[in-house]
Amino acid sequence: MKLTYSFWGGLGRLHFLVCILCLGHTLLYQQNIQAQDPITSPIIDSILTVDLKEVIVISSYKRSIEHSSQPKPLSTLDQYLESSKKVSMLKRGAYAWDPMLNDMTSERLSITIDGMRIFGACTDKMDPITSYVDVSNLSDVHVESGQQGAQHGNMIGGALDMRLEKSNFKPLGWTGAVETGYETNNIAQIMGGELNYSDRKFYMDTDIIYRKAENYTAGGGEEVAYSQYEKYNLSANAGYHISEDQKLQASFIFDEARDVGYPALPMDVSLARAFIGSLSWEQSDFIGGLTNWETKIYTNTVTHIMDDSQRPNVPIRMDMPGWSDTYGLYSQAKLSLDHHTFFGKIDGYYNRSLAEMTMYPNDPNQQEMFMLTWPDVRTLNAGIYLEDRITLREDVIKLSTRLAFQAFKIADEFGLNSLRIFYPDMEQRQTRALKSVSAHYHKRFKKWHINGGVAYGDRAPSVSEGFGFYLFNSFDNHDYIGHPELKNEKALETSIKITLPLKDVTVSMEGNHFHTWNYIIGEIHPELDVMTIGADGIKVYTNLEYANLYNLSLDMGCQITSGLDWSGLISYHRGTDHNGRNLPFISPFTYRSQLKYTKGGFSAALTLSGAMAQTNFSPDFGEDRTPAYTLLSLSLGKTFSIGGNNLHAKTGIENLFDTYYSTYSDWNNIPRMGRNFFMTLSYAIN
Amino acid sequence: MKTLKTLIILFALSMGATSCSDDTEGPMPVTENPLEAYHLTNSFEANGHMLELYSEKERLTTGYNELYVQIKDLSTGAYIPNASITWNPMMHMIGMSHSCPKSDITVTEKETVYKGYLVFQMASNADEYWELNLEYSFGGATYTTSKRIEVKAPTDGNKTVNVFTGTDDKRYVLAMLPFAPKVAINDFSAVLFEMESMMSFPVVEDYTITIDPRMPGMGNHSSPNNENLTYDPDSGSYSGKLSLTMTGYWKINLQLLNASEDVLKGEMVTEGNESSSLYFEIEF
Repeated sequence: MKLTYSFWGGLGRLHFLVCILCLGHTLLYQQNIQAQDPITSPIIDSILTVDLKEVIVISSYKRSIEHSSQPKPLSTLDQYLESSKKVSMLKRGAYAWDPMLNDMTSERLSITIDGMRIFGACTDKMDPITSYVDVSNLSDVHVESGQQGAQHGNMIGGALDMRLEKSNFKPLGWTGAVETGYETNNIAQIMGGELNYSDRKFYMDTDIIYRKAENYTAGGGEEVAYSQYEKYNLSANAGYHISEDQKLQASFIFDEARDVGYPALPMDVSLARAFIGSLSWEQSDFIGGLTNWETKIYTNTVTHIMDDSQRPNVPIRMDMPGWSDTYGLYSQAKLSLDHHTFFGKIDGYYNRSLAEMTMYPNDPNQQEMFMLTWPDVRTLNAGIYLEDRITLREDVIKLSTRLAFQAFKIADEFGLNSLRIFYPDMEQRQTRALKSVSAHYHKRFKKWHINGGVAYGDRAPSVSEGFGFYLFNSFDNHDYIGHPELKNEKALETSIKITLPLKDVTVSMEGNHFHTWNYIIGEIHPELDVMTIGADGIKVYTNLEYANLYNLSLDMGCQITSGLDWSGLISYHRGTDHNGRNLPFISPFTYRSQLKYTKGGFSAALTLSGAMAQTNFSPDFGEDRTPAYTLLSLSLGKTFSIGGNNLHAKTGIENLFDTYYSTYSDWNNIPRMGRNFFMTLSYAIN
Repeated sequence: MKTLKTLIILFALSMGATSCSDDTEGPMPVTENPLEAYHLTNSFEANGHMLELYSEKERLTTGYNELYVQIKDLSTGAYIPNASITWNPMMHMIGMSHSCPKSDITVTEKETVYKGYLVFQMASNADEYWELNLEYSFGGATYTTSKRIEVKAPTDGNKTVNVFTGTDDKRYVLAMLPFAPKVAINDFSAVLFEMESMMSFPVVEDYTITIDPRMPGMGNHSSPNNENLTYDPDSGSYSGKLSLTMTGYWKINLQLLNASEDVLKGEMVTEGNESSSLYFEIEF
């Protein structure tokens, strides 16, 4: 069953060419051409439902070959997310990009793994949750804009739910796959494998993936120092049918990254590790008329060790470890009555976030300097979510609400006293009530589809915003202090989407607007003195009176001939505060145009993407004008059948013209990767 | 089973509660040394009595020393209550002698325990030594005794006492009250004396001591919400608030202002001036 491809290990560009030749050779002898899944990524399923949801497909549903329908299989999850229409990625290096939805990052989003809440352990957001899973674990990522994602938690910007891949009692018997990939730019090696057993009574899926990359090279040939990384991820899922309509499922993920460089930051990560586990009970029929009952308990623990031991010149040596442990549960069920489909969920989680900083004085006779940057903050959140989906002949209405209670407690006396330096009257505990209400409407009007929605939601401050203690932000070069008395951030959100599906052409326009009161952002506090050597000042998290965010996109798809498709996407974003001041990390005008050809087992894609100059930048946050850029990428794929098993090969070139560029979401204007050849091989055994 | 478990827990808890109250409310035997928890720094045997000096610290050091005194009758072994004690420390230098700032000695709540403080400006060395003269009276009789005492510089070498001449040409002694520093807003106190003569060190009242804590090892990082030290007539000391944002070495830069807010000593910390000539040091 096991097969390993070791011939990619440690090879350079020359070897890459050899591989191309090998592939060509195999091509000549290829006879059985397998049909390939026509799934394109990302897809939108808004035609049929009220949800403006984007589903980023990661593995093919057919499962015989993982990721084969992707333009770049085995790319990092970050690259999958970036290729989507709604998610953009904030980058501090080559690893652990921070997802943004509607120009909002993790504190304004709910990011979950199979509905499980999990929180990064890094005070500097170097470990978004997406960095603790890998494409080998996932079947897809559901992206829900704004309060449409309220099922997962209280937030403003939306929800990303990463769904784990499961055999799910399909009678497939033993299946397995091995995969390998190589990228020339940063000598990235990827090796993965999976072994699954599934029948109607029981299934067990296991997979492993390993990635190692050296420094990457920006367009023009400049090496970006400290951009290396190494990680591996193991996961296992199992399910057992207790009876016909009752199943017990368990999942476990272990993820560990070591020696991860963050070229845009003054520190790197020597270890980022997560254990993520869950146990769930599913039952198709529940008491009364309730159906689809699912109850899950879960726990996860994250350890993140930030240090600067690899940096030759630092003003002072420091270690900044952080820990985040979460325990949670949820229980949900459906009820169908005539035109109504009700969905209800109760959920809760308890999180402990602790981070510390130890600085080693240059004078060895002096004591170490120690502080708690996250003062052991305990968060307890309990909520209830209710939804009613009303299906009429030509319309669908979805009404939903979420009510939650969130309590914070500073468990560490040292940490509490530290924060009381700034807030002498601060309480050790606080509780907040969080609310969300939304109404969405989908109307079919002749050929037109119109989706509209109005929603209101709020969120509590994040641990850093509420309780952070001298968190250095290297972008605006300020130390940040949390503010325990921040008010909840509240947003009124309106969204509209108009879709016109014609015979071979589909055009859709989408726009949303967030009017956010008490928008939380760091503001300069001139009286406070910096902690970090070389910092320009101190910012304290503050509620702005309000801020406005607009997102507009135009999405087009066109079938030119059978097998040849074109898709295009243009988007525009704007974010300002109550004084008309630009908010940070707001995308300029961006565009993407893709030609895709699929025939039999062969696929090819040519992608043009780029952005106009970012002129609405936020100088207060350290941003400057980011110039325009255009990139061209090409990929080719082919599926072969070898003795009844499938071999899928894919190769491509990204940033064909080796353009030097950085985008609005690159921390400290760090340049992105230059020309990169990639090659992946997947071999599936049935 | 569950009930049994609850009962056991309740029983254990009540035991805990009872034993706690034993500790606090139980009568203390007379012969027990009430200062057992402190360090015996010096003892003076004279006149059939043993005078004992206790401190929270292991030994006498330069700066502020809070001291507890008790008199034991060697014939009975009992501690003598409600005596009156005065003290006079003398530094015998090569060419001169001087005393140091000191408080009165008063009886504490425990009537056999007496309390006061001494502020040593300098440490003893091979040629120069401190001598402590004690005079005590009870039961209508007055006794005296004296003995050399050793005063050491603090082991961490941190500065907790300043002896200086102000711009008003007066000599002052300023000492920090010891405390256990925490990453927090700490209560922070100091005592200020004028050196009127070699023997006379009256407390200076109603001045202000400004504080500016800094971490020279962290680019001279400072902390917010400090409160300057002002005179508290009840304690006879100056008190304020000191914020320490992290552990490590802190230099507390000071300025001494008189009642009309003239700077008598010390400089502001600015971009160009890293520290004041008047300072205390803390490391934790």
